[in-house]
Amino acid sequence: MTRYARLLWVQLRASMLLAMQYRADFVLDGVVELFWASTTLLPFFVVFAARPVIGGWGRDEALVVVGCFIVLQGVLEGAVNPSLHGVVERVRNGTLDFVLLKPKDAQFLVSTARFSPWKCMNVVTGVVVFAVAFRGLGRPPSAAGVGIAAGMFACAIVVLYSVTTLVVSASFFVVRVDNLSFLFTAVFDAARWPATVFRGALRFVFTFVIPFAMMTTWPAEALLGGVDVRSMLLSAALAIGFAAVSRTVWLRALRSYASASS
Amino acid sequence: MSARSVLRAAPTVLRVGLAEAVAYRAELLVWVLTTTMPFVMLAIFSAAAIDGPIGRYGQTELAAYFLATFVVRQITGSWAGWQINVDVREGTLATRMLRPLHPLVAYALEHAAAIPMRALAAAPVVVILLATSARSGLSRDPVSWLLLLVSLALAWLLTIFINFAIGCLAFFIDSSQRVLEVYLAVFFVASGYLVPLDVFPPAARRALSLMPFRHQVALPVEIFVGRYDGRAAALAVELAQQAGWTLVALGLVALAWTRGVRRYGAFGG
Repeated sequence: MTRYARLLWVQLRASMLLAMQYRADFVLDGVVELFWASTTLLPFFVVFAARPVIGGWGRDEALVVVGCFIVLQGVLEGAVNPSLHGVVERVRNGTLDFVLLKPKDAQFLVSTARFSPWKCMNVVTGVVVFAVAFRGLGRPPSAAGVGIAAGMFACAIVVLYSVTTLVVSASFFVVRVDNLSFLFTAVFDAARWPATVFRGALRFVFTFVIPFAMMTTWPAEALLGGVDVRSMLLSAALAIGFAAVSRTVWLRALRSYASASS
Repeated sequence: MSARSVLRAAPTVLRVGLAEAVAYRAELLVWVLTTTMPFVMLAIFSAAAIDGPIGRYGQTELAAYFLATFVVRQITGSWAGWQINVDVREGTLATRMLRPLHPLVAYALEHAAAIPMRALAAAPVVVILLATSARSGLSRDPVSWLLLLVSLALAWLLTIFINFAIGCLAFFIDSSQRVLEVYLAVFFVASGYLVPLDVFPPAARRALSLMPFRHQVALPVEIFVGRYDGRAAALAVELAQQAGWTLVALGLVALAWTRGVRRYGAFGG
């Protein structure tokens, strides 16, 4: 276990060093992030300018959901996507061999291979959004709420990581899959809205199939003070379920890996 | 390169492009699925408009607007900017330049060849548009339908020219992917793709009307949903503006290409 922790540290440091080489990226990523945040926020404010309450959500309450979304998007694009997208490339040209030869778990090695530290700008943006939202609400989140939200965030990250692993596993079976990963990132955009705003089929899909509700809506509800034991349990169950399925699928996919070089 | 040589090469390039689109149909379908944002926006707006219309948009008008938006983006969408970036970085542009066909013309023909497959992907949405109540939110004027085709063609050209111009920046700054991302973010908001432009407050609307982006999506969509029915004169002015922006974009492309290609190192290849 300590060996894995040390390994993680080494990989993280390598990513940091790589990122420090391109310091200008920090500014550029910041600018790009600002524009993307505006595509999130402008439609949001336009819709809420037309109606003060949508699907039971006031503007500032829904803004807490947006904050959760922006933070999680940062985690997805900074810590999950960079490494796992590299796997697709490695599978195609056969360099996954070098990873499999190493005496450590392959999934651990590939999923800690690369981080984009500059994406932590998203967390800063998210915190600003939280600050604006709670200022508007006129009350800070309770300590218990923050604790529960943090726990739910952890579950959400597990699910995000598992879904991405599932997508990457597909690359062992179909070769041209690079854009499948863009698909998830694009669909994830829907998580910026409270899941209960959606009705009918979309709400079911976003709660159970691609569980956006547990990623952004439930943590936001916890921050807003609604402590719901059911959603806490469901959140943990989804995390465990997704992790188990993705681990199984990954191991099975690995078995069908036909090294391209041999 | 003369017009004649383009005409001679066009059928072959189009055939190859169509064959590629058919061969990688799964990939194409995934790309189509990444552009489903209008459906999410439709769900949000209809939830917001549940107790009365927002501006001129009731449930029917919203459905017509966002489904039309999806269809228009399928037909006019362009990925040439990303293509040029990859080709410049990996040196594959050298191969393209050796062919007796201008690389930009070749990109445009490849895009044109993918339109039938993309239209096929958009067909179910068109059926929904025509078969449900959303139909009453569409244009009923034959003049509008005819000029919609003109507007779609201009929107297609404008979008691909903007892609070319930003893509050619890669000659100067190694990679213009971040510029493309910023463009995409501005495009989403300013083109009417995520929010109908007349829902914006008046000041923002005026600012947006001075930008080229609304000619990429909003104008064809508004013709589609019958905003210009019986207003041929107003529509002519809009189309003239659209054509003007397309020419400006073409000028930028010519400038960026001729300046940029001189700096091209053609490494790799």
